Amino acid sequence: MILNYAQPLEVSNLTSWLDTFLRSGLPNFWVLFIEFVLVGALLLAAYAIIALILIYAERKITAFFQARFGPNRVGKWGLLQSVADMIKILLKEIIRINRSDRFLFFAAPFFMIVASVLTFGAIAFGKGLHAIDFNVGVLYVSAVSSLGIIGVLLAGWSSNNKYAMIGAMRSGAQFVSYELSAGFALMTIVVLSGTMQFSEMIEKQQYCWNIFNGHISSMVAFVIYLISGHAETNRGPFDLPEAESELTAGYHTEYSGLQFGFYYLAEYLNMFIIASIATVVFLGGYLPIQVHGWDGFNQAMNYIPTYVWFFGKTGVLIFLSLWVRWSFPRLRIDQLLNLEWKYLLPINLVNILIMVILVMTGLTLTDLFPGLF
Amino acid sequence: MNSISKYFSGLFTGIKSLIYGMSVTWKELWTKKVTQQYPENRKTLVISERWRSELTMPHDENNEHACTACGICEMNCPNGTIKVTPKFIETEDGKKKKILDTYQWDLGMCTFCNLCVLTCPSDAIQFRNTFENAVFTRGKLVQQLNQEGSKLREKKKEIPPKSPEGGLKD
Repeated sequence: MILNYAQPLEVSNLTSWLDTFLRSGLPNFWVLFIEFVLVGALLLAAYAIIALILIYAERKITAFFQARFGPNRVGKWGLLQSVADMIKILLKEIIRINRSDRFLFFAAPFFMIVASVLTFGAIAFGKGLHAIDFNVGVLYVSAVSSLGIIGVLLAGWSSNNKYAMIGAMRSGAQFVSYELSAGFALMTIVVLSGTMQFSEMIEKQQYCWNIFNGHISSMVAFVIYLISGHAETNRGPFDLPEAESELTAGYHTEYSGLQFGFYYLAEYLNMFIIASIATVVFLGGYLPIQVHGWDGFNQAMNYIPTYVWFFGKTGVLIFLSLWVRWSFPRLRIDQLLNLEWKYLLPINLVNILIMVILVMTGLTLTDLFPGLF
Repeated sequence: MNSISKYFSGLFTGIKSLIYGMSVTWKELWTKKVTQQYPENRKTLVISERWRSELTMPHDENNEHACTACGICEMNCPNGTIKVTPKFIETEDGKKKKILDTYQWDLGMCTFCNLCVLTCPSDAIQFRNTFENAVFTRGKLVQQLNQEGSKLREKKKEIPPKSPEGGLKD
Protein backbone atom coordinates (compact mmCIF):
# COMPACT_ATOMS: atom_id res chain seq x y z
CA MET A 1 0.00 0.00 0.00
CA ILE A 2 2.85 2.33 0.76
CA LEU A 3 4.85 1.36 -2.31
CA ASN A 4 2.23 2.72 -4.69
CA TYR A 5 4.31 5.83 -5.27
CA ALA A 6 7.81 6.28 -6.62
CA GLN A 7 10.37 6.92 -3.89
CA PRO A 8 13.61 7.53 -5.76
CA LEU A 9 15.73 8.88 -2.91
CA GLU A 10 15.20 6.07 -0.43
CA VAL A 11 18.13 4.36 1.25
CA SER A 12 16.31 1.05 0.97
CA ASN A 13 17.26 1.00 -2.73
CA LEU A 14 20.92 1.04 -1.71
CA THR A 15 20.56 -1.51 1.08
CA SER A 16 18.64 -4.01 -1.04
CA TRP A 17 21.27 -3.62 -3.78
CA LEU A 18 24.02 -4.32 -1.22
CA ASP A 19 22.13 -7.35 0.05
CA THR A 20 21.70 -8.91 -3.40
CA PHE A 21 25.34 -8.11 -4.20
CA LEU A 22 26.58 -9.90 -1.06
CA ARG A 23 24.27 -12.85 -1.51
CA SER A 24 25.46 -13.38 -5.06
CA GLY A 25 28.94 -14.40 -3.93
CA LEU A 26 28.84 -15.42 -0.26
CA PRO A 27 27.15 -18.07 1.91
CA ASN A 28 24.26 -17.01 4.09
CA PHE A 29 26.25 -16.89 7.33
CA TRP A 30 28.85 -14.47 6.03
CA VAL A 31 26.22 -12.27 4.41
CA LEU A 32 24.42 -11.93 7.72
CA PHE A 33 27.69 -11.44 9.59
CA ILE A 34 28.85 -8.64 7.32
CA GLU A 35 25.46 -7.00 7.42
CA PHE A 36 25.25 -7.15 11.21
CA VAL A 37 28.68 -5.62 11.58
CA LEU A 38 27.79 -2.91 9.09
CA VAL A 39 24.53 -2.12 10.83
CA GLY A 40 26.24 -2.02 14.21
CA ALA A 41 28.99 0.27 12.98
CA LEU A 42 26.50 2.55 11.26
CA LEU A 43 24.35 2.75 14.37
CA LEU A 44 27.32 3.66 16.56
CA ALA A 45 28.49 6.26 14.06
CA ALA A 46 25.00 7.71 13.81
CA TYR A 47 24.83 7.73 17.60
CA ALA A 48 27.95 9.85 17.90
CA ILE A 49 27.12 12.14 14.99
CA ILE A 50 23.56 12.78 16.12
CA ALA A 51 24.86 13.59 19.59
CA LEU A 52 27.33 16.12 18.17
CA ILE A 53 24.63 17.74 16.05
CA LEU A 54 22.25 17.83 19.00
CA ILE A 55 24.80 19.44 21.28
CA TYR A 56 25.47 22.14 18.70
CA ALA A 57 21.77 22.66 18.00
CA GLU A 58 20.96 22.86 21.67
CA ARG A 59 23.63 25.40 22.38
CA LYS A 60 22.53 27.54 19.47
CA ILE A 61 18.81 27.40 20.25
CA THR A 62 19.46 27.98 23.92
CA ALA A 63 21.48 31.02 23.00
CA PHE A 64 18.71 32.35 20.77
CA PHE A 65 16.21 31.96 23.57
CA GLN A 66 18.49 34.07 25.75
CA ALA A 67 19.16 36.70 23.05
CA ARG A 68 22.75 35.57 22.62
CA PHE A 69 24.64 34.25 19.58
CA GLY A 70 25.84 30.94 20.99
CA PRO A 71 29.02 29.31 19.72
CA ASN A 72 30.19 31.28 16.67
CA ARG A 73 33.98 31.23 16.70
CA VAL A 74 34.99 27.67 15.75
CA GLY A 75 34.23 27.30 12.09
CA LYS A 76 31.48 29.08 10.20
CA TRP A 77 28.68 29.91 12.68
CA GLY A 78 30.54 27.77 15.21
CA LEU A 79 29.69 24.59 13.34
CA LEU A 80 32.86 22.85 14.46
CA GLN A 81 32.37 23.73 18.12
CA SER A 82 31.00 20.38 19.22
CA VAL A 83 33.68 18.53 17.22
CA ALA A 84 36.32 20.55 19.05
CA ASP A 85 34.61 19.80 22.36
CA MET A 86 34.61 16.11 21.52
CA ILE A 87 38.33 16.15 20.79
CA LYS A 88 38.95 17.97 24.04
CA ILE A 89 36.92 15.48 26.05
CA LEU A 90 38.74 12.56 24.43
CA LEU A 91 42.09 14.03 25.40
CA LYS A 92 41.22 14.70 29.02
CA GLU A 93 42.52 12.58 31.82
CA ILE A 94 40.33 9.95 33.41
CA ILE A 95 40.79 10.56 37.12
CA ARG A 96 40.80 7.72 39.62
CA ILE A 97 38.93 8.73 42.74
CA ASN A 98 40.43 7.66 46.04
CA ARG A 99 38.27 5.35 48.12
CA SER A 100 35.70 4.93 45.41
CA ASP A 101 34.36 1.55 44.35
CA ARG A 102 36.65 1.36 41.37
CA PHE A 103 35.02 -1.43 39.39
CA LEU A 104 31.50 -0.04 39.65
CA PHE A 105 32.79 3.47 39.10
CA PHE A 106 34.25 2.49 35.76
CA ALA A 107 31.35 0.21 34.84
CA ALA A 108 28.57 2.75 35.47
CA PRO A 109 28.98 4.89 32.31
CA PHE A 110 28.76 1.74 30.20
CA PHE A 111 25.37 0.83 31.65
CA MET A 112 24.18 4.27 30.70
CA ILE A 113 25.50 4.23 27.17
CA VAL A 114 24.54 0.61 26.46
CA ALA A 115 20.94 1.22 27.51
CA SER A 116 20.88 4.28 25.32
CA VAL A 117 22.38 2.49 22.29
CA LEU A 118 20.04 -0.49 22.67
CA THR A 119 17.06 1.83 22.56
CA PHE A 120 18.63 3.73 19.71
CA GLY A 121 18.65 0.56 17.63
CA ALA A 122 14.89 0.19 17.88
CA ILE A 123 14.20 3.52 16.19
CA ALA A 124 12.86 3.49 12.65
CA PHE A 125 14.89 6.23 10.95
CA GLY A 126 13.26 5.73 7.61
CA LYS A 127 11.92 3.12 5.29
CA GLY A 128 14.27 0.15 5.54
CA LEU A 129 16.39 1.92 8.18
CA HIS A 130 15.07 0.00 11.12
CA ALA A 131 17.51 -2.29 12.93
CA ILE A 132 15.47 -3.89 15.72
CA ASP A 133 11.81 -4.57 15.01
CA PHE A 134 10.26 -7.02 17.47
CA ASN A 135 6.59 -7.75 17.65
CA VAL A 136 6.80 -6.34 21.19
CA GLY A 137 8.79 -3.29 20.18
CA VAL A 138 7.09 -0.91 22.63
CA LEU A 139 7.81 -3.27 25.50
CA TYR A 140 11.40 -3.67 24.36
CA VAL A 141 11.97 0.07 24.20
CA SER A 142 10.47 0.83 27.58
CA ALA A 143 12.35 -2.10 29.16
CA VAL A 144 15.73 -1.34 27.68
CA SER A 145 15.62 2.42 28.11
CA SER A 146 15.00 1.89 31.83
CA LEU A 147 18.37 0.17 32.19
CA GLY A 148 20.06 3.55 32.08
CA ILE A 149 18.96 4.27 35.62
CA ILE A 150 21.23 1.46 36.83
CA GLY A 151 24.16 3.39 35.46
CA VAL A 152 23.02 6.53 37.25
CA LEU A 153 22.52 4.78 40.59
CA LEU A 154 25.85 2.94 40.31
CA ALA A 155 27.62 6.19 39.49
CA GLY A 156 26.14 7.86 42.54
CA TRP A 157 26.96 4.95 44.79
CA SER A 158 30.46 4.22 43.64
CA SER A 159 31.67 7.82 43.57
CA ASN A 160 31.73 7.93 47.37
CA ASN A 161 30.49 11.49 47.22
CA LYS A 162 27.42 12.85 48.92
CA TYR A 163 26.43 15.06 46.02
CA ALA A 164 26.65 12.21 43.58
CA MET A 165 24.71 9.97 45.94
CA ILE A 166 21.88 12.46 46.47
CA GLY A 167 21.78 13.22 42.77
CA ALA A 168 21.55 9.55 41.89
CA MET A 169 18.82 8.95 44.45
CA ARG A 170 16.81 11.87 43.15
CA SER A 171 17.31 10.65 39.63
CA GLY A 172 16.16 7.18 40.65
CA ALA A 173 12.99 8.46 42.30
CA GLN A 174 12.26 10.66 39.33
CA PHE A 175 12.95 8.00 36.75
CA VAL A 176 10.90 5.27 38.40
CA SER A 177 7.94 7.62 38.82
CA TYR A 178 7.93 9.00 35.33
CA GLU A 179 8.65 5.70 33.63
CA LEU A 180 5.18 4.71 34.80
CA SER A 181 3.56 7.64 33.03
CA ALA A 182 5.58 7.15 29.87
CA GLY A 183 4.64 3.49 29.80
CA PHE A 184 0.95 4.22 30.27
CA ALA A 185 1.00 6.88 27.57
CA LEU A 186 2.52 4.38 25.17
CA MET A 187 -0.03 1.77 26.24
CA THR A 188 -2.82 4.18 25.33
CA ILE A 189 -1.55 4.20 21.77
CA VAL A 190 -1.00 0.45 21.80
CA VAL A 191 -4.71 0.15 22.59
CA LEU A 192 -5.48 2.44 19.68
CA SER A 193 -3.26 0.84 17.07
CA GLY A 194 -3.68 -2.72 18.27
CA THR A 195 -0.03 -3.63 17.88
CA MET A 196 3.22 -3.28 19.78
CA GLN A 197 5.42 -3.55 16.72
CA PHE A 198 6.80 -0.21 15.60
CA SER A 199 6.80 -0.94 11.88
CA GLU A 200 3.16 -2.01 11.91
CA MET A 201 2.26 0.93 14.08
CA ILE A 202 3.85 3.29 11.57
CA GLU A 203 2.17 1.70 8.55
CA LYS A 204 -1.25 2.02 10.15
CA GLN A 205 -0.76 5.79 10.43
CA GLN A 206 -0.42 6.44 6.72
CA TYR A 207 -3.44 8.68 6.32
CA CYS A 208 -4.20 9.54 9.91
CA TRP A 209 -1.53 9.93 12.56
CA ASN A 210 -2.27 8.38 15.91
CA ILE A 211 -2.36 11.76 17.57
CA PHE A 212 -5.36 12.71 15.42
CA ASN A 213 -6.85 9.25 15.21
CA GLY A 214 -7.58 9.01 18.91
CA HIS A 215 -8.30 12.78 19.11
CA ILE A 216 -8.81 13.82 22.80
CA SER A 217 -7.26 10.76 24.31
CA SER A 218 -4.27 10.71 21.97
CA MET A 219 -3.54 14.38 22.52
CA VAL A 220 -3.52 13.89 26.28
CA ALA A 221 -1.31 10.83 25.94
CA PHE A 222 1.05 12.78 23.68
CA VAL A 223 1.43 15.62 26.15
CA ILE A 224 1.90 13.20 29.04
CA TYR A 225 4.47 11.23 27.10
CA LEU A 226 6.43 14.37 26.29
CA ILE A 227 6.35 15.52 29.92
CA SER A 228 7.40 12.19 31.34
CA GLY A 229 9.98 11.63 28.63
CA HIS A 230 11.39 15.02 29.45
CA ALA A 231 11.54 14.08 33.11
CA GLU A 232 13.21 10.75 32.35
CA THR A 233 16.02 12.43 30.51
CA ASN A 234 16.71 14.67 33.53
CA ARG A 235 16.44 17.82 31.50
CA GLY A 236 14.61 21.06 31.44
CA PRO A 237 12.50 21.88 34.44
CA PHE A 238 13.14 18.38 35.76
CA ASP A 239 16.92 18.60 36.06
CA LEU A 240 16.95 18.09 39.82
CA PRO A 241 19.55 15.31 39.77
CA GLU A 242 22.00 17.75 38.24
CA ALA A 243 20.83 20.86 40.05
CA GLU A 244 24.07 22.81 39.92
CA SER A 245 23.24 25.13 42.72
CA GLU A 246 22.59 22.31 45.15
CA LEU A 247 24.45 19.23 43.96
CA THR A 248 27.44 20.44 41.89
CA ALA A 249 26.74 18.16 38.92
CA GLY A 250 24.67 15.40 40.54
CA TYR A 251 25.53 11.80 39.86
CA HIS A 252 28.39 12.53 37.45
CA THR A 253 30.21 14.97 39.75
CA GLU A 254 33.29 12.76 40.03
CA TYR A 255 33.54 11.78 36.39
CA SER A 256 35.94 13.32 33.93
CA GLY A 257 37.14 12.86 30.41
CA LEU A 258 35.60 10.13 28.32
CA GLN A 259 33.41 8.79 31.09
CA PHE A 260 31.83 12.17 31.58
CA GLY A 261 31.52 12.24 27.80
CA PHE A 262 29.50 9.03 27.95
CA TYR A 263 27.01 10.57 30.34
CA TYR A 264 26.87 13.72 28.28
CA LEU A 265 26.30 11.77 25.08
CA ALA A 266 23.69 9.54 26.65
CA GLU A 267 21.81 12.53 28.00
CA TYR A 268 21.53 14.13 24.58
CA LEU A 269 20.75 10.87 22.84
CA ASN A 270 18.03 10.11 25.37
CA MET A 271 16.44 13.40 24.40
CA PHE A 272 16.61 12.31 20.76
CA ILE A 273 15.27 8.85 21.59
CA ILE A 274 12.30 10.22 23.48
CA ALA A 275 11.52 12.59 20.61
CA SER A 276 11.86 9.88 17.99
CA ILE A 277 9.69 7.40 19.87
CA ALA A 278 7.07 10.11 20.23
CA THR A 279 7.41 10.65 16.48
CA VAL A 280 6.98 6.97 15.71
CA VAL A 281 4.12 6.40 18.09
CA PHE A 282 2.15 9.61 17.72
CA LEU A 283 3.24 11.43 14.56
CA GLY A 284 3.38 8.68 11.97
CA GLY A 285 7.10 7.98 12.19
CA TYR A 286 8.88 8.31 8.88
CA LEU A 287 5.70 8.50 6.79
CA PRO A 288 5.08 11.63 4.76
CA ILE A 289 1.87 13.63 5.08
CA GLN A 290 -0.72 11.97 2.87
CA VAL A 291 -4.35 12.67 2.19
CA HIS A 292 -6.88 10.25 0.74
CA GLY A 293 -7.56 10.94 -2.90
CA TRP A 294 -5.02 13.75 -3.41
CA ASP A 295 -2.77 11.66 -5.63
CA GLY A 296 -0.62 14.47 -6.97
CA PHE A 297 -0.02 15.82 -3.47
CA ASN A 298 0.80 12.36 -2.14
CA GLN A 299 3.24 11.78 -4.98
CA ALA A 300 4.96 15.08 -4.32
CA MET A 301 5.22 14.32 -0.59
CA ASN A 302 6.64 10.91 -1.39
CA TYR A 303 9.51 12.41 -3.35
CA ILE A 304 10.80 13.73 -0.04
CA PRO A 305 12.67 10.74 1.42
CA THR A 306 11.30 9.11 4.54
CA TYR A 307 14.40 9.80 6.64
CA VAL A 308 13.93 13.52 6.00
CA TRP A 309 10.39 13.25 7.31
CA PHE A 310 11.57 11.35 10.33
CA PHE A 311 14.32 13.80 11.24
CA GLY A 312 12.02 16.73 10.54
CA LYS A 313 9.33 15.52 12.91
CA THR A 314 11.89 14.55 15.54
CA GLY A 315 13.57 17.92 15.17
CA VAL A 316 10.30 19.71 15.86
CA LEU A 317 9.82 17.68 19.03
CA ILE A 318 13.40 18.33 20.15
CA PHE A 319 12.85 22.03 19.59
CA LEU A 320 9.70 21.77 21.70
CA SER A 321 11.72 20.14 24.45
CA LEU A 322 14.28 22.95 24.36
CA TRP A 323 11.54 25.53 24.30
CA VAL A 324 10.03 23.99 27.42
CA ARG A 325 13.43 23.78 29.00
CA TRP A 326 14.06 27.50 28.69
CA SER A 327 10.54 28.55 29.62
CA PHE A 328 9.72 26.84 32.88
CA PRO A 329 11.30 27.15 36.30
CA ARG A 330 12.82 24.10 37.90
CA LEU A 331 10.57 22.01 40.13
CA ARG A 332 11.31 21.09 43.72
CA ILE A 333 11.56 17.37 44.44
CA ASP A 334 8.19 17.25 46.22
CA GLN A 335 6.54 19.20 43.40
CA LEU A 336 8.09 16.82 40.94
CA LEU A 337 6.63 13.77 42.64
CA ASN A 338 3.32 15.60 43.16
CA LEU A 339 3.08 16.25 39.45
CA GLU A 340 3.62 12.60 38.66
CA TRP A 341 1.59 10.83 41.33
CA LYS A 342 -1.24 13.31 41.81
CA TYR A 343 -1.69 14.61 38.28
CA LEU A 344 -0.11 12.64 35.47
CA LEU A 345 -0.80 9.14 36.74
CA PRO A 346 -4.53 9.56 37.53
CA ILE A 347 -5.06 11.46 34.29
CA ASN A 348 -3.24 8.71 32.47
CA LEU A 349 -5.34 5.96 33.99
CA VAL A 350 -8.56 7.77 33.08
CA ASN A 351 -7.13 8.49 29.66
CA ILE A 352 -6.37 4.87 28.91
CA LEU A 353 -9.93 4.00 29.90
CA ILE A 354 -11.30 6.67 27.56
CA MET A 355 -9.12 5.31 24.78
CA VAL A 356 -10.47 1.80 25.33
CA ILE A 357 -14.02 3.16 25.15
CA LEU A 358 -13.20 5.15 21.99
CA VAL A 359 -11.77 2.09 20.29
CA MET A 360 -14.52 -0.27 21.47
CA THR A 361 -17.37 2.03 20.44
CA GLY A 362 -15.76 2.99 17.15
CA LEU A 363 -15.28 6.67 17.87
CA THR A 364 -11.76 7.04 16.49
CA LEU A 365 -11.39 9.19 13.39
CA THR A 366 -10.65 6.27 11.09
CA ASP A 367 -13.83 4.58 12.30
CA LEU A 368 -15.94 7.72 12.08
CA PHE A 369 -14.77 8.88 8.64
CA PRO A 370 -13.51 5.78 6.82
CA GLY A 371 -13.31 7.50 3.45
CA LEU A 372 -11.45 10.55 4.70
CA PHE A 373 -8.72 9.02 6.84
CA MET B 1 -16.06 19.11 46.83
CA ASN B 2 -13.90 22.09 47.56
CA SER B 3 -10.68 20.11 47.31
CA ILE B 4 -11.80 18.50 44.04
CA SER B 5 -12.59 21.83 42.43
CA LYS B 6 -9.29 23.12 43.78
CA TYR B 7 -7.50 20.19 42.14
CA PHE B 8 -9.02 20.86 38.74
CA SER B 9 -8.75 24.64 38.86
CA GLY B 10 -5.12 24.24 39.91
CA LEU B 11 -4.52 21.92 37.00
CA PHE B 12 -6.07 24.20 34.40
CA THR B 13 -4.62 27.46 35.68
CA GLY B 14 -1.28 25.67 35.75
CA ILE B 15 -1.59 24.66 32.12
CA LYS B 16 -2.71 28.16 31.19
CA SER B 17 0.23 29.79 32.91
CA LEU B 18 2.67 27.33 31.32
CA ILE B 19 1.34 28.15 27.86
CA TYR B 20 1.59 31.85 28.64
CA GLY B 21 5.20 31.32 29.70
CA MET B 22 5.96 29.52 26.47
CA SER B 23 4.45 32.36 24.45
CA VAL B 24 6.75 34.79 26.23
CA THR B 25 9.85 32.74 25.44
CA TRP B 26 8.67 32.30 21.85
CA LYS B 27 8.67 36.06 21.44
CA GLU B 28 12.03 36.26 23.14
CA LEU B 29 13.45 33.79 20.60
CA TRP B 30 13.04 36.34 17.82
CA THR B 31 14.35 39.41 19.63
CA LYS B 32 17.57 41.07 18.57
CA LYS B 33 20.70 39.51 20.01
CA VAL B 34 22.32 41.67 22.67
CA THR B 35 25.80 40.14 22.58
CA GLN B 36 28.63 42.62 22.08
CA GLN B 37 31.36 40.98 20.02
CA TYR B 38 34.17 43.01 21.50
CA PRO B 39 37.31 42.99 19.43
CA GLU B 40 35.32 43.21 16.19
CA ASN B 41 33.00 45.98 17.32
CA ARG B 42 35.68 48.48 18.42
CA LYS B 43 34.36 51.05 15.96
CA THR B 44 30.80 51.00 17.23
CA LEU B 45 31.54 50.20 20.85
CA VAL B 46 30.07 52.71 23.27
CA ILE B 47 31.74 53.02 26.66
CA SER B 48 30.04 55.29 29.15
CA GLU B 49 31.68 58.70 29.55
CA ARG B 50 31.69 58.18 33.30
CA TRP B 51 33.67 54.97 33.05
CA ARG B 52 36.98 55.48 34.87
CA SER B 53 39.88 53.54 33.53
CA GLU B 54 42.78 55.87 32.90
CA LEU B 55 43.96 58.94 34.79
CA THR B 56 45.06 61.75 32.52
CA MET B 57 46.36 65.25 32.90
CA PRO B 58 44.94 67.39 30.10
CA HIS B 59 47.43 69.63 28.37
CA ASP B 60 46.37 72.50 26.15
CA GLU B 61 47.86 73.45 22.77
CA ASN B 62 50.76 75.35 24.44
CA ASN B 63 51.74 72.17 26.31
CA GLU B 64 50.52 73.65 29.57
CA HIS B 65 48.70 71.88 32.37
CA ALA B 66 46.93 73.08 35.51
CA CYS B 67 48.80 71.09 38.16
CA THR B 68 50.36 73.22 40.88
CA ALA B 69 52.09 70.23 42.48
CA CYS B 70 50.20 70.84 45.72
CA GLY B 71 50.10 67.09 46.46
CA ILE B 72 46.49 66.94 47.63
CA CYS B 73 45.74 64.12 45.23
CA GLU B 74 48.70 62.18 46.57
CA MET B 75 47.48 62.68 50.12
CA ASN B 76 43.96 61.60 49.27
CA CYS B 77 44.90 58.51 47.34
CA PRO B 78 43.92 55.53 49.52
CA ASN B 79 46.66 53.21 48.32
CA GLY B 80 49.55 55.39 47.29
CA THR B 81 48.99 55.26 43.58
CA ILE B 82 50.04 58.82 42.86
CA LYS B 83 53.47 60.24 43.38
CA VAL B 84 53.88 63.97 42.82
CA THR B 85 57.49 65.15 42.69
CA PRO B 86 57.79 68.94 42.89
CA LYS B 87 60.82 71.04 42.16
CA PHE B 88 61.67 74.59 43.17
CA ILE B 89 62.58 77.25 40.71
CA GLU B 90 63.31 80.94 41.05
CA THR B 91 61.05 83.29 39.12
CA GLU B 92 62.21 86.51 37.40
CA ASP B 93 61.27 88.66 40.39
CA GLY B 94 63.42 86.53 42.66
CA LYS B 95 60.68 84.53 44.35
CA LYS B 96 61.02 80.81 44.98
CA LYS B 97 58.22 78.83 43.39
CA LYS B 98 57.19 75.18 43.62
CA ILE B 99 56.35 73.65 40.28
CA LEU B 100 55.61 70.14 39.05
CA ASP B 101 58.56 67.99 38.07
CA THR B 102 56.98 64.59 37.52
CA TYR B 103 53.48 63.30 38.14
CA GLN B 104 53.53 59.51 38.40
CA TRP B 105 50.45 57.33 38.51
CA ASP B 106 50.53 53.55 38.95
CA LEU B 107 47.62 51.95 37.12
CA GLY B 108 48.29 48.62 38.77
CA MET B 109 47.65 50.06 42.22
CA CYS B 110 44.73 52.32 41.35
CA THR B 111 41.22 51.43 42.54
CA PHE B 112 39.65 54.10 40.30
CA CYS B 113 37.91 55.66 43.30
CA ASN B 114 38.05 59.14 41.75
CA LEU B 115 39.13 60.79 45.04
CA CYS B 116 42.16 62.46 43.41
CA VAL B 117 40.00 64.07 40.72
CA LEU B 118 37.36 65.20 43.21
CA THR B 119 39.85 66.84 45.53
CA CYS B 120 42.09 68.49 42.97
CA PRO B 121 41.70 72.24 43.63
CA SER B 122 42.69 73.23 40.10
CA ASP B 123 41.02 70.42 38.11
CA ALA B 124 44.31 69.36 36.66
CA ILE B 125 43.57 65.69 36.33
CA GLN B 126 40.63 63.66 35.11
CA PHE B 127 39.66 60.09 34.35
CA ARG B 128 39.10 58.89 30.80
CA ASN B 129 37.13 55.91 29.53
CA THR B 130 39.96 54.42 27.47
CA PHE B 131 39.86 50.94 28.91
CA GLU B 132 42.35 48.93 26.87
CA ASN B 133 45.19 49.24 29.37
CA ALA B 134 46.74 45.77 29.23
CA VAL B 135 50.54 45.69 29.03
CA PHE B 136 53.10 42.91 29.28
CA THR B 137 55.18 44.07 32.24
CA ARG B 138 54.14 45.61 35.49
CA GLY B 139 56.64 48.43 35.09
CA LYS B 140 54.71 49.78 32.12
CA LEU B 141 51.71 50.37 34.35
CA VAL B 142 53.51 53.22 36.04
CA GLN B 143 52.86 56.25 33.87
CA GLN B 144 54.09 59.80 33.92
CA LEU B 145 51.10 62.03 33.32
CA ASN B 146 52.76 65.41 32.70
CA GLN B 147 54.23 65.69 29.26
CA GLU B 148 57.88 66.39 28.56
CA GLY B 149 58.65 70.12 28.79
CA SER B 150 55.16 71.10 29.91
CA LYS B 151 54.62 73.89 32.36
CA LEU B 152 51.98 75.38 34.57
CA ARG B 153 49.28 77.40 32.89
CA GLU B 154 49.42 81.06 33.89
CA LYS B 155 46.61 82.39 36.12
CA LYS B 156 45.47 85.07 33.62
CA LYS B 157 44.85 82.64 30.83
CA GLU B 158 42.94 80.33 33.07
CA ILE B 159 39.46 79.51 31.91
CA PRO B 160 36.87 79.16 34.68
CA PRO B 161 37.13 75.52 35.74
CA LYS B 162 34.51 73.09 34.59
CA SER B 163 33.20 70.48 36.90
CA PRO B 164 35.07 67.21 36.41
CA GLU B 165 33.28 64.32 34.76
CA GLY B 166 31.21 62.49 37.29
CA GLY B 167 32.37 64.80 40.03
CA LEU B 168 30.39 65.53 43.15
CA LYS B 169 29.44 69.18 42.91
CA ASP B 170 27.27 70.58 45.60
